[in-house]
Amino acid sequence: MSRSTTFGGTNRTLMVYAVLYLAFLYGPVLLLPLFSFNDSIYVAFPLKGFTTQWYEEMLSNEPMHAALLNSIKVGTVTSVIATVLGALGAKAVTRYRIPGVKPVVGVISLPLVVPGIILGVALLILLTRSGIPLTLVTVTLGHVLLCVPFAMVTLIASFDGFDKSMEEAAADLGDNVLWSFWRVTLPIIFPGILASLLLCFTISFDEFIMAFFLAGTEPTLPIFIYSQLRFPQKLPGVLAMGACILVVSFVVVFLSQWLRRRNLGVPVNGGV
Amino acid sequence: MSGDEAYIHIDHVTKRFGDVVAVNDVDIRISRGEFFSLLGASGCGKTTLLRMLAGFEMPDVGEIYIDDSAISGVPPHRRPTNMVFQSYAIFPHLNVRRNIAFGLRREKLSKEETAKRVDEALALVKLQGFGDRRSHELSGGQRQRIALARALICRPKVLLLDEPLGALDKKLREEMQLELRALQQSLGITFIFVTHDQEEAMTLSDRIAVMSGGKALQIAPPKVLYNEPVNVEVAEFIGQMNFIDATVSERTGNGAVLDTAGLGRIGAPAKADFVREGAKVVAAIRPEKLTLSDRPQEGQAFSVEGAIATAAYLGDRSHFYVAVEGCAKPVAVATQETQISQDRLLTEGARVWLSWNEQSVILLERN
Repeated sequence: MSRSTTFGGTNRTLMVYAVLYLAFLYGPVLLLPLFSFNDSIYVAFPLKGFTTQWYEEMLSNEPMHAALLNSIKVGTVTSVIATVLGALGAKAVTRYRIPGVKPVVGVISLPLVVPGIILGVALLILLTRSGIPLTLVTVTLGHVLLCVPFAMVTLIASFDGFDKSMEEAAADLGDNVLWSFWRVTLPIIFPGILASLLLCFTISFDEFIMAFFLAGTEPTLPIFIYSQLRFPQKLPGVLAMGACILVVSFVVVFLSQWLRRRNLGVPVNGGV
Repeated sequence: MSGDEAYIHIDHVTKRFGDVVAVNDVDIRISRGEFFSLLGASGCGKTTLLRMLAGFEMPDVGEIYIDDSAISGVPPHRRPTNMVFQSYAIFPHLNVRRNIAFGLRREKLSKEETAKRVDEALALVKLQGFGDRRSHELSGGQRQRIALARALICRPKVLLLDEPLGALDKKLREEMQLELRALQQSLGITFIFVTHDQEEAMTLSDRIAVMSGGKALQIAPPKVLYNEPVNVEVAEFIGQMNFIDATVSERTGNGAVLDTAGLGRIGAPAKADFVREGAKVVAAIRPEKLTLSDRPQEGQAFSVEGAIATAAYLGDRSHFYVAVEGCAKPVAVATQETQISQDRLLTEGARVWLSWNEQSVILLERN
């Protein structure tokens, strides 16, 4: 029997499957930067020639900048609010004896299973009936609703992962609730907080349906991109923007992993 | 040690969790500088009681006084107590020095003063040179010492210890017991120590509260617990004990004559009121109060014949289980040295005589 089919060796079938899987997942993504340098407004092979024209166009595309900025604003505020709420919820669920905690968590988790279109329409009706104008604030509201369960699930894992007596020890050593949160809880759950911020930002950044219903006159990036698809000549500019976002998110993920590893590996010391 | 001045008074405290009464009307007075243990099996309420002292749980009924002030309304961070946790709870994101200095925040000391206090604390637990390590770079014994140093640096009036030696191996545990005792005596701080290990409690404590089902069954120094247990449960928990069902046939001034199935008619000292004529009681005898021999002993008041059921040689001593006709369980005997040859005794089935003194019989109420 050859080693290649046992546990120790390389399994050829599995290898082929893995390569195909990755190609299917990331191949299309890689087309984005490829076509963003293609000297043609049509996204099709064969490639015509190299150009940076679309990047120049992107740099001068004011409405696109505005949409990007809107998305960053909404994403940032959403991730911060959702993470704070998620952290409070996670602490409550994991640290206190609360009667009826399961149904409460169930209700908070509803946006995970309720289709976005229903949430969007429901919120739209509620907001317009209440006379609240549709702005980026309403988009943020919708996104917070969507992100809180994700933040909470992420942070419940963080809270569950550390010994409750750490917080009691902090209290025992003279720290009130705020101090012990600042000096013990926060540093210990920090990786979870970071994960939650990134996750919420990402969810908000590419969320379309709720933003579509709730945005009013200020579009977020996904909505702007969708509106551009009607004009073929605008498409390469969108590709250029997509390529930039791809690079930025790659760098961010890489950086956060690198920081995490560095923190784990080398003890931060230097006396008291 | 006890009685005259109560530094800590746990005043008729009751604590319920739902339908479960975790601590049931416990009343304990502890003196300043005492090493006091709460001893009992898991779920007996000892940890809940300790957590009420620390402020992590509130009593439903009753009050706790430390140095004459009621502390029920005082949150944990303002109490004059510090705790060594069962899991040690060493902060993983801080090195040893920062862990130990954690409780000094409120004292607002200068850098030099803080460093000095931390050095002292490290020296106290013999961990100089470990200051820059992180929790995951320490052994269980070292973590235990860090937890101790971190609690002691706050100079508490009372140190609470929740099974601090439970996670250590036997040899290290015995070493730490001696160190803890020496530390407590040199610092003069009141220690309240929770454990399920009766040997540990006996070794360390000035006094012990034996707890079961949320109640403090007996509060006494180790010797008294061992020699004068108040009931079968305490007698069973502390050391080994032979229990023999008996009926009181005669009550004299400070003694009684009993009828038993296996041991026949025996005498016992009796002070308690429950020893009345006709009462069904339990006669208890410690294994080491029995002597083994190949013929009835002169000078010992009582003896009975039996056969060796099992024998265990433990080096410094031997344990025997002797089957006696009429006794439900074989009688346990512990000996340092026997008067008949070891060879014969170690044989299963060998005929032997058990003898004991009237004074070594303890009479207990039957449940």
